[in-house]
Amino acid sequence: MAIETLIWLIPLPPLLAFFAIVLFTRQNRALSHWVALAGAGLAWLASMLIFFQVIGSEDLAKHPLATAINWLPTGKTWLQVGAAVDPLTAVTLFFVAWTVLMIFIYSIGYHNYGQPKGDHDHAGLPPHGAAAKEHGHRVTVMSVEPMYSRFFALISLFAFGMYTLVVSNNLLTLFIGWEIMGLCSYLLIGFWYARPSARDAAVKAFLTTRVGDVFMLLGLAALYKITGSLNYSDIFGSTTVLMQNSGILGMTWAGLIALLLFIGTMGKSAQFPLHVWLPDAMEGPTPVSAMIHAATMVSAGIYLALRFFPLAAMGWEPGMPLTATMTVMATIGSFTALFAATIALAQNDIKKVLAYSTISQLGYMIAALGVGAYVAAAFHLLTHAFFKALLFLGSGSVIHGMEHGVLHTGEHVDPQDMTQMGGLKSKMPVTFWTFLIGGLALSGFPLVTAGFWSKDEILSGAFNGGQWVVFITLAVSALLTAFYTMRQITLTFLGAPRSKAAEHATENKWVMTLPLVVLAVFAVSAGWVGIPKGFPLLGGILPDWFAEFVGQMVRTAPEGGGEGHGSIVPLITSLVVALGGLYLGWLTYRKFGRGQSDALEKPLGALYAWLRNKYYFDELYAMIFVKPARWVAETFSYQWIDRKLIDGFLNGVARIVWWLGERLRNGFDLPVINGAGDVTAEGTREMGHWMKGMQTGRVQQYMVVAISVVVVLIAFLIYRYSG
Amino acid sequence: MIPLSWYVIVAVAMFCIGLFGALTRKNAVAILMSVELMLNAVNINLIAFWRYLYADPAADPTRALAFVAIVFVAAAAEVAVGLALIISAYRQRNTVVAEELDLMKG
Repeated sequence: MAIETLIWLIPLPPLLAFFAIVLFTRQNRALSHWVALAGAGLAWLASMLIFFQVIGSEDLAKHPLATAINWLPTGKTWLQVGAAVDPLTAVTLFFVAWTVLMIFIYSIGYHNYGQPKGDHDHAGLPPHGAAAKEHGHRVTVMSVEPMYSRFFALISLFAFGMYTLVVSNNLLTLFIGWEIMGLCSYLLIGFWYARPSARDAAVKAFLTTRVGDVFMLLGLAALYKITGSLNYSDIFGSTTVLMQNSGILGMTWAGLIALLLFIGTMGKSAQFPLHVWLPDAMEGPTPVSAMIHAATMVSAGIYLALRFFPLAAMGWEPGMPLTATMTVMATIGSFTALFAATIALAQNDIKKVLAYSTISQLGYMIAALGVGAYVAAAFHLLTHAFFKALLFLGSGSVIHGMEHGVLHTGEHVDPQDMTQMGGLKSKMPVTFWTFLIGGLALSGFPLVTAGFWSKDEILSGAFNGGQWVVFITLAVSALLTAFYTMRQITLTFLGAPRSKAAEHATENKWVMTLPLVVLAVFAVSAGWVGIPKGFPLLGGILPDWFAEFVGQMVRTAPEGGGEGHGSIVPLITSLVVALGGLYLGWLTYRKFGRGQSDALEKPLGALYAWLRNKYYFDELYAMIFVKPARWVAETFSYQWIDRKLIDGFLNGVARIVWWLGERLRNGFDLPVINGAGDVTAEGTREMGHWMKGMQTGRVQQYMVVAISVVVVLIAFLIYRYSG
Repeated sequence: MIPLSWYVIVAVAMFCIGLFGALTRKNAVAILMSVELMLNAVNINLIAFWRYLYADPAADPTRALAFVAIVFVAAAAEVAVGLALIISAYRQRNTVVAEELDLMKG
C-alpha cells in the first residue's frame, strides 16, 4: 500500500467506529469503547507511520505527500479533493493522534466503566452514584454514565472531523471537518442535556462559532472566485491575482481573505470578542473539555491560521512593517492573551481557570503569527496541545476524585470548586505530579518543560520583530499565567484539605492516570525538539529539528530559531515572569484556609468583581445581542408582525369572506336557488294533487268530459264561422 | 221517395241512443253495444248523404260503401278486442260493471 493511500485512511477508522457504535454496539458498553478505541488506535497508528515516514524528508513543504481525486465537475475542470501531508500537517497529526488516543482511554475511567448502574441516574444527567456495601458499611460509590456508548460514538465522530481537517489538502474538506467538529462540540457540550446550563452552553458555543464560520465561508467563496481553486498549493501559487487591490478598505485580496479566514479562527479558537463560548463549554464532561479545548477543535482554529499565514503575510518580509491582517492578528492575539489571563486569576472553578488559560494561550499563538513568528506559533500549538490536554485530564481526575469524596461523605460541595479542595497531593499523587508538570509547562518553567521553549520563542519572536507592545503584553500575560497556575496548584493540591470531601478524595484507576503520565512525558519532552541553536549553553546539543522541519512551510528564514537569539532580553524576561509568577502564586495562596476569601479580593477591590464576572462580557452580549434578538423574535416578529399584521390580515380576510358568504347565503342562495327548486317541486306536487281528482278511473266520466269538450268546440266553431 | 231528413233523423236518434247508452249503462257489454249503435248511426248518415247529395251515384257506386266497409271492419275489430278485454276483466274481477273497473283511479 502506498503511503499516500494511508493518508486517506487516517480519518476513516473513527468514522467507522462512530457508525458501528451508533448502529450496532449501543447496548454494550465494553464493546462500544473497544470499537472507539480501535478506531482511534488505528488512526493513531496510521498517523505515526506517516509521521515517521515524512520526518526525514528534506523538501516536504515543496513536495508534500499528496493524493487527490476528481470530485465535482466544474465546467471543463474538476473540483479536486485530496489529502496531503506537509510539515505542518505532520506535526499536527502527531499531537492530535496522541492526545485523542489518550483522551479516549481516559474517558473509559472518567465515565466509571465497571461501576454499578446508578440508583437514580437518568440519561442526560451526570451519574449520581449508587448505593453499595463496603466492609459491612452502606456507602455510595460512583455509578456508570447512563449514556456511555453515546459518548464514545460522539468523540469518535469528533476525531474523524479533526483528522479530516488535518489531512485535507484543500479548504473545502477542511471546512467539512471544521463543521463536523462544530456539530460534535455542540452535541458533547450538551451531553448532559437535561441540565439547562449545558443546553444553554451548547447553543452558545454553536452560535458563537457560527459567527466566525460565516465569515470564513465568505473568505472561502472569495478565494474560490479569485483563484479558482481551494487547493492550498494552487492558492499560494496565485500570488499575482491575490496581490491585486480588493477595493475594500484598501486591502489586497490576500489580506482581505486572510482576515475573513482569521475571523473563522477567532470563533473556533475563542479569540476576543468571540471568546465567550469556551468557558461555558466546560459544561460538558471533562474529556470533552480536553478534546475540544486542548487537542482538537481550538487547535483547528490555530491550524487554519497557520495554514493561511502565507496569505496574511503575502508581500511581507521580516523586518518590514506588518501587513494590515497581521496587525489585526497581533492586536487581537496579544489582547486576548492578557485579557483571558486576568479573568483566570479570579475563577474558583478548576476547569474555568483552564478554559481561560486556553483562551490566553491561543491568543499567544495568534499574536505570534501576527508578528510573523510562524514557527514559534506552530511550536506552541504542539506543546500547548500536550500540556493543556494533560491539565484538563488532570483536572478531570481531581474532579473525579473529589466526586468520590463527595459521594463518600455525602457533603454538599461543588467538586469543581478549588476553594473546597486542598491537600490532594497526598491523596492523589499521580494526578498531582502530572498536573504539576502540566502546570509548570503552562507557566513556562525554565529549561525542563516544553512550554518554556515554545513561549520563549514567541517572546523572542515578538522582541526581535520589534513589536514592543506585543512583547510587553505577552510578557505580562506570561507572568499572570504563571501566577494563576501556581494559584490553582496551591489551592488544589497543597496545604490542608478544606472540606470533608477533599479529605476522602482518592486516586483514580490506571485508565485515568496512564494517559496523564503519557501526556506528562510529552509535556516535558515535546520542547526538546525545538531548542534554538543560539540558546546560551544548551543551544546546539540537540538539533533544532522543529524550526527546520516546520520552517520549510514559510519561504523566509524562520525567526528566532535558525538565526538564534538576537538579544538576551526575551530570555531573561521569560525566566523572570515564569519563576516570578510561580513564586508569587505560591506565596499568595499557600496559607489559604477554609472559608477564607481570596487574597486578591481586597487589594484589587472593584476590579476583582470585574475579573470574577469575566468583565461582564456575558451580560454585555446578553444586553446588546441576546436581548435585541429576543425582542425582535418575541415582540417584533411574533407579537407585532406575526400576531398583529399577518394574523390580523388573515383574520380580516376571513371576516370579510365570512360576511360575504353570509350575505350571499341569505340574499341569494336561500331565496333564489333554494326557493326556485322548492317552488318547482312544490308546484309540481300541488298540480299533481289537484289533477288527481280528475282521474276517477271511470271511462264513462272521461267520455262525458270528452264529449262536453267536443260539443263546446263545435259550438265555438259554429259561432265563429257561421256568423 | 223518402226525403233525406228522415234518414238523418233516424241516424241522429240512433246516435243519441248510443251516446246515452254509452254514458249511462253500467254493464260494459251494454256500453260496447251502445258504441256499435253510434258507429252504425254514422254509417246510415254516410250512405244517405252519398245517395242523396252526390251527383251521379251510379257512376261511382263504391265510394260511400268503402267508407262503410272500413267502419264495419273497425267496429268488428273493436268488438273483438273489447269483448276479449271484458271477458278478461270478468275473469280477474268477477264483474263487468264499468264503475267497478277503476284501477286507473288517480
